[in-house]
Amino acid sequence: MNKTAEADIAMHTNNDAKMDTTTMANDLNNTEAGKTTPSFMNEHKSPHQRKRERADARFHFYGFAAIALALAFLVFFFVDIIGKALPAFDETEVLATIHYSEAASKNYNKAIDKKMRGVVSRAWLRSLPAYMKAHPELMGSSAELWVLADSRVDQYIKQHDGHGLKSKHRRTVDAMLKDGKIRTVFNTTLFTNGDSKLPEYAGILAASVGTVFTLLITMLVAVPIGVMTAIYLEEFAEDNRFTRMVEVNINNLAAIPSILYGLLGLAIFISFFGVPRSSALAGGLTLALMTLPVIIITTRAALRAVPESIREAAYGLGASNLQTAWHHVLPLAMPGILTGSIIGLAQAMGETAPLIIVGMMAYIPEAPTTILDATTVLPAQIYTWSTESMRGYGERTAAGILVLLAVLLSLNALAVKLRNRSQQSW
Amino acid sequence: MSTGNNTNNETKISIRDLKLWYGDFEALHGIDLDILSGKVTAFIGPSGCGKSTFLRTMNRMNDRIPSCRIEGEILLEGQNIYAPEVDVVQLRTHVGMVFQKPNPFPKSIYENIAYAPRIHGLVNDGPDMDELVESSLRKASIWDEVKDKLQQPGTALSGGQQQRLCIARTIAVEPDVILMDEPCSALDPIATAKIEELMDELKKDYTIVIVTHNMQQAARVSDYTAYFYLGNVIEFADTHTIFTAPANQKTEDYITGRFG
Repeated sequence: MNKTAEADIAMHTNNDAKMDTTTMANDLNNTEAGKTTPSFMNEHKSPHQRKRERADARFHFYGFAAIALALAFLVFFFVDIIGKALPAFDETEVLATIHYSEAASKNYNKAIDKKMRGVVSRAWLRSLPAYMKAHPELMGSSAELWVLADSRVDQYIKQHDGHGLKSKHRRTVDAMLKDGKIRTVFNTTLFTNGDSKLPEYAGILAASVGTVFTLLITMLVAVPIGVMTAIYLEEFAEDNRFTRMVEVNINNLAAIPSILYGLLGLAIFISFFGVPRSSALAGGLTLALMTLPVIIITTRAALRAVPESIREAAYGLGASNLQTAWHHVLPLAMPGILTGSIIGLAQAMGETAPLIIVGMMAYIPEAPTTILDATTVLPAQIYTWSTESMRGYGERTAAGILVLLAVLLSLNALAVKLRNRSQQSW
Repeated sequence: MSTGNNTNNETKISIRDLKLWYGDFEALHGIDLDILSGKVTAFIGPSGCGKSTFLRTMNRMNDRIPSCRIEGEILLEGQNIYAPEVDVVQLRTHVGMVFQKPNPFPKSIYENIAYAPRIHGLVNDGPDMDELVESSLRKASIWDEVKDKLQQPGTALSGGQQQRLCIARTIAVEPDVILMDEPCSALDPIATAKIEELMDELKKDYTIVIVTHNMQQAARVSDYTAYFYLGNVIEFADTHTIFTAPANQKTEDYITGRFG
């Protein structure tokens, strides 16, 4: 083995030597012919040089092609998502006469004319009796209002295939459109409502609040524990068999499939500690388990990046271990720690698999008010909508993805900004 | 440079049969050395001869290396600094250190000086601290250069200024001994000259021990010189003797440049 390697090297050296002699010969020839161009000019290129240049060019091309391909995928992805999501930010309203009558308070369908049934959103109508109860002064009157249209009408107006609007309603809608009794406005329902069984009434509010609750718990649990663990391992712990074992296991944990953390969360938090299923607390704690190794690893890297000379300076002045870590190392590592934590949390925010196990893939129409209420999160909501058959949900799925992406991208941008700020010299 | 009568000088640090291991590797093989009070003692020798390691034993900076093990005694004013009842943190306020690469904290110039006195509770923030910062910077002859920008980061200064800031930071806690580990190796000749001038000034108040690769520097600034080779002190005498009439052939080879 060694001998072959040596022989290889010897061969190369021989080749190089030959090459040198040829170049030198070229130089001599040139001088004899009276040319004065030096040997680094193009015309003297040896085959070896040409080969090297071709390899360079090839590598350049491969790199460029790889980037172009990646960019093409990215552009396709964004164009597709944005193209599908944008219509979801508009919703259709129809001008309808609402009768606040005794009959309507018992049967919401009686609040509108018969031909408008199927045009006005049934979900909106359902909320009417409660509204009338809250405003008894309206009883007996009627009013012409812009009200939420049925999802089928909405899809028909947006000229989407498969809108599913019956032909008799289609005629009504066409007539109303001519009379200017149909308009599209910015879709506030998407942001003010929770999930609904009727697509025009479904929104991301419950899932967003759930995501905020869940992430807050994840952050409050994972960041302090993770950062403290990293500081201990990096600055205080002795380097022995035990700490090395802990290190290896933390690195292993970061590579475990996330669904296993769901099983762990189910076993520990729900079965053993009795945390309510589907709650933000159960989800947040489970995600904290998953995020912990990421935060520990990035924090340790950030601490290690603080130059040893800073520690020496502090120790040399008689600072204790804690003072050195707290006054000097930690402030310098802070941007790195924040970056790591944000990336860890962003990862947790987009996670669905472990949350399926703790029951967060649920139908949640009302936003949770405490961390013990049943809730869902954005990625789970997106998944739920994507499995629905009605055309209106498809649009909302894309809108949900866009919202989630926007939040994740801004979190990552924040992390990059913090990282750039940390690139100071010392 | 004093080469004359030193017999009246008291010993500041006396090292007795000091051995040091990094794991299984014996880096120092029984060093015996007396460092005199109010003098500059220089350690010279080729790279890897153990002079920096030895310097760091004197304020126990080697404690931070887990595999490092020490035998023998280092007596600072008669007290063994490796005795179990010694508080390392307090020891380092008596034996300060200046490092090879200037390493000011990435904080303001003022904070760089004020940090150590504050954590040791020597001086309270306020006029007393302002005074201490000023006097420390003056002693390190950098006051005139930085007095108008005390709140600017110490890392924004030039290399030579940073190193003088580090010296000022070290003397802010009024140590007895200042250890300097190749303090000029990262500096240009002008900055080096300033630091050397400063050392001459500082030895009135402090005992200075300096490790240097630059033999001219050792000859210029030190009163005593020890030549280290492979973990042993080959020769230790007053600087004049070492550089003019070394007793040992190895020392002569080294200082005349035939070796190393």
